[in-house]
Parts: sequence; C-alpha cells; structure tokens
Amino acid sequence: MKRVQFEHSAVPYLFIAPQILIICIFFLWPAAQALYQSFLLEDAFGMSSQFVWFRNFEDVLSSSSWTRSAIFTVVFSVMVSVLSIAISLFLAVRADEVIRGAKSYKTLLMWGYAIAPPVAGLLGIMMFNPLMGDLYKAFNSFGFEFNHIENANDAAFIVILIAVWKQVSVNFIFFLSGLQGIPKSVQEAATLDCKSPERRFWTITFPLLAPTTFFLLVINLTYAFFETFGIIDVSTKGAPGGSTATLVYKVYVDGFLGADMGGSAAQSVLLMIMVSVLTVFQFRFIERKVHY
Amino acid sequence: MYQSKWRIFTNHTILVLGSLFMILPVWIAFASSTHTREYIFQNGLQFWPGGEFFTNYGAILFDAEATKGRVTALEMLFNSMVLGLGFAIGKVIISMMAAYAIVYFRFKLAVPLFWIIFSTLLLPLEVRIVPSYEVVANLGLLNSYTGLILPLIASATGTFFFRQFYRSVPDELLEAARLDGAGPLRFFIDILVPLSVTMIAAIFIIMFVVGWNQYLWPLLMTTDDQLYTIVIGIKQVYNSLYEGGQIPQFPKAFALTIMASVPPVLVVVIFQRMFIKGLVETEK
Repeated sequence: MKRVQFEHSAVPYLFIAPQILIICIFFLWPAAQALYQSFLLEDAFGMSSQFVWFRNFEDVLSSSSWTRSAIFTVVFSVMVSVLSIAISLFLAVRADEVIRGAKSYKTLLMWGYAIAPPVAGLLGIMMFNPLMGDLYKAFNSFGFEFNHIENANDAAFIVILIAVWKQVSVNFIFFLSGLQGIPKSVQEAATLDCKSPERRFWTITFPLLAPTTFFLLVINLTYAFFETFGIIDVSTKGAPGGSTATLVYKVYVDGFLGADMGGSAAQSVLLMIMVSVLTVFQFRFIERKVHY
Repeated sequence: MYQSKWRIFTNHTILVLGSLFMILPVWIAFASSTHTREYIFQNGLQFWPGGEFFTNYGAILFDAEATKGRVTALEMLFNSMVLGLGFAIGKVIISMMAAYAIVYFRFKLAVPLFWIIFSTLLLPLEVRIVPSYEVVANLGLLNSYTGLILPLIASATGTFFFRQFYRSVPDELLEAARLDGAGPLRFFIDILVPLSVTMIAAIFIIMFVVGWNQYLWPLLMTTDDQLYTIVIGIKQVYNSLYEGGQIPQFPKAFALTIMASVPPVLVVVIFQRMFIKGLVETEK
C-alpha cells in the first residue's frame, strides 16, 4: 500500500461501488445460491425441494461417471499443460537464438492467442472428420485403425491435441519474454564456459526460467480445467459416452441439459474448492516474486 | 555470440515447422472455405484456394439462410463487436476506479472489500453457471446486452492489474499534487489516468480479445438468435451440418470460422508490442 493516502470519507466508496455492486449481484449471489442448492434435493418436476445435507455430495462422489470425469480431467490437464509447455519452451529457446527473421517467427507463433476455443475445436474436429479429414485418413492409412467416434482414447487424443495447439502461443509469449529477460552477460559467460547448447540450456537457461515455468504450469492447469469447455463442446461433446467430458463440461451437461440442479450445484461447489486451492497456491507463489 | 552453422540450420527448421503447425489448420480451413460443398465432399479438405470465395463469404455475411438461423454473419459480427468492446470498456473503467480506491485511500471497509474482490478470482464463471443463469433470468436480463456483458465483468482480474500498476507509481506524485491543492477526483483524472494510458491500452486489447472469444456464457444467455455472437454462430452451423440429408455445408462452416478469427487475430498482431507487454507484465 501507499505511504501517502487520501483520507476521505465518501470518495473511496463511490469509486469502489460499481465493482462491488456487480460482484454482489453477479458473483456472490449466484455463488451463495450454488452452495445452498447443493444441499437441496428437487423433485422431478422442480416443484418442491427439501434440505438433504450432504446427500448430493455423497451421490456425486460415489457416482462412477463423476469419478471417471475427474480422472479424465486430471489426466487431460496434466497432459495438456506438460505438452504445451514443453513444445513452446522448445520453440521459444530457438526463437530467442535466431537473428534473421526473429520478428516474423515471433508473430507467426503468437497469434494463436486470439483464436477462440470453439474455433480451435471446430478446426481440429474437421481435420479428423471421417468424411473428408486428411488426418483421419492419414492415421488410418498407417494402419492405426483410428476411430475417435467409438474409441475413447482416440477421442481423448484429439481433444488433447486441439487444447495443446490452442495453448502453445500463450506459453511461447511468456517463455520468449522470460528468455529475453536473461542478462546478455550471463548468456555470454555461459557460452564461454560451455560450448554445447543443450548442456547450456539445462544448466543455465532452464533453472533461470523455472519461475516462469511454474507460473505457466498453474496458468495451464487453470486453462485445461475451464477454458477448454468450448473446445470439448464443439469437438467431441464429451463422447464417446462421457469419456472426454471434463468436470466443468459435466456441470454444464448435468445442470443445463439434464436439469439435475442439486447434483450440478454440488459438482460446482466441489470445483470451487479445487480452484480455490489452485489459486491460493498460485498467489502464495506470486507474492514471493521470484523472477529474473 | 558464437553459433555453429548446424545450430542455425536446425533453429530455422524447428521454427518453420512450429509455425506450420500453428498456421496449417487455419490455412486449410481458409482454402477449403473457397470451394463448393460438392467439391469438398468429394475431394476432402483442400490446400489450394478455389474460386468460390465471394459466393461463400457473401452468402454467410448477408444471407441468414446460410448460417442456419435468422441472423446473418454480419449481425453476429456486430454482436461480437458489442460484446468485445462493451466488456473491454466496462472492465477497464470499473477496475481502474476500484483499484484507485484500494490503493490511494484509507477507509474503514478497505480490507473486507478487498477480500470480496479477491474472492472472485477463486471462482470462475464456469463453476457457477447454473445459479448465475438463474440470477440473470430473475433480473429479466436474458437476451440483452446488459445480461451478456455485466456478469462477465464481475471477475476482478482487471482490478488486480491496475492495483499492481498504481503501486508502482511514485508516491511523490501524490504529495506534489496535494501540495498544489488537488483533490482525489482531480488527481485521478488529471494525473493518474494520463499516466496509465499505455496500461489502459494494453489491458483494453487483451480484454477485447477475451470478450470477443467468450463462449459458455453467451451460449447460455442468448436463446434469441438476434443476440448470437459469431463464436456462438459457429456452434449453430456446426450442429446443423448433417441436418436434412443434404451434402454438408463444410465450406460455409469454415468461412464462418475464418470470419470469427480474423478480427481478434488482427488486433493481436497489429498491437503485438502493446499486447505482449500487457500480458507479460500484468500476469506476473
């Protein structure tokens, strides 16, 4: 906080009022309602409801479809984060080294940030369309028997591929600016000591980028949890049989399409707890401010 | 710095391959969007553009029939523009004001109000969609721009960006301003806002793209076609691809996808410098 501050009774409240008002109406109210609904059981017609304590949570946690979705979400998030971080770090290191065409490469690799997730989903699923998609044909011509409509693993592969494709550019931007922040003197000293670029990367560059990598890991996990909704809804819609539905997608399917309000609310609350843990983790880290 | 010829060669190869990985899907979608549907149906995706560019793009821009609804892509683009701009402007103004109150004032409820704002970061819209929908429905805001934009502004990311920035502004400025007799409002309008111009621009660009690309919330909110954004239009066209036993309208689905992507991509590429600065500095 500032050492010097205004001492004024009404002005700060006027300035902060719009934000607080919007938060109360569109955030606190619905969040409270989700919490409340998660303890209610509605009858089939939504006419009456009764308070059932933790039954919705018990139902959710013991249902095999939720457990399966939770496992898929974890596997999916980890794969997407690790793959997209690895690919973009690899590209960023090379883009930082080149002299000729550096600007063009940067532009060519960063624009993907602006692509909407459902757009990425549509592009990806079209490439694998059995009627005309070249990737579908290419895979099968190698004898893979690729069939994402029936095979859960193949469908997961497509969703992961699309999610990685969409996320590479964001990570690339952060890694490249992280690399460019490493002082030239450090790089030159490293070059004198060590000729091999690979060893230089693992002993000097990567440790210096560790804070960026960790920060990106959190960002990517959050992305895989929430922002991939659009990708899944346009590409596989959770098919086959809910095997590619992340937890967020399941909240939507159960709550909106299935009209199971209590169950959906309980799922929301469980998700809120997970995100809170992730965010607190992220903030503790960021407050420590370790970056180079 | 010394670089071997081989290293230079592999660097360029890897970067070209990476760029192709990013661009090829979009290029193929574009090329395929410029053929007739019969041609695509028979020959699969195309790498070279065909001669139907004006026919296909003209049809979805001006003919509602081509987008499978009652609105044309032009109207959807307009809705997306309203959402992107409304979201960006609203977010910048509201978060600048809130951050100003938090950083520059000593007041009683400062701490609890700060925590209320902070709590929004914990729970993204995605986890509370059902109750949010109900609240907006209760307020009678379904199918309105207000209902579309306001709930999205509730998250406090922007407030934190500006809070970080204000804290880096030297204290001496405020001291000097107070010596000259400037009140809180004066200081905000005449000193702080002009100082934040680059920051405002960077956040504006990011928020415009984020707003334009919104999917889940507009999907729930807009049951009326008139308010469809172009990103929602994509889903609609995709869903009706196989309807009616006709040859699927792949080229027009691709054309819509391309049109949904061009505005945000252009914004990001043209304002690249500012955008990257904003993204990297604010998220840290």
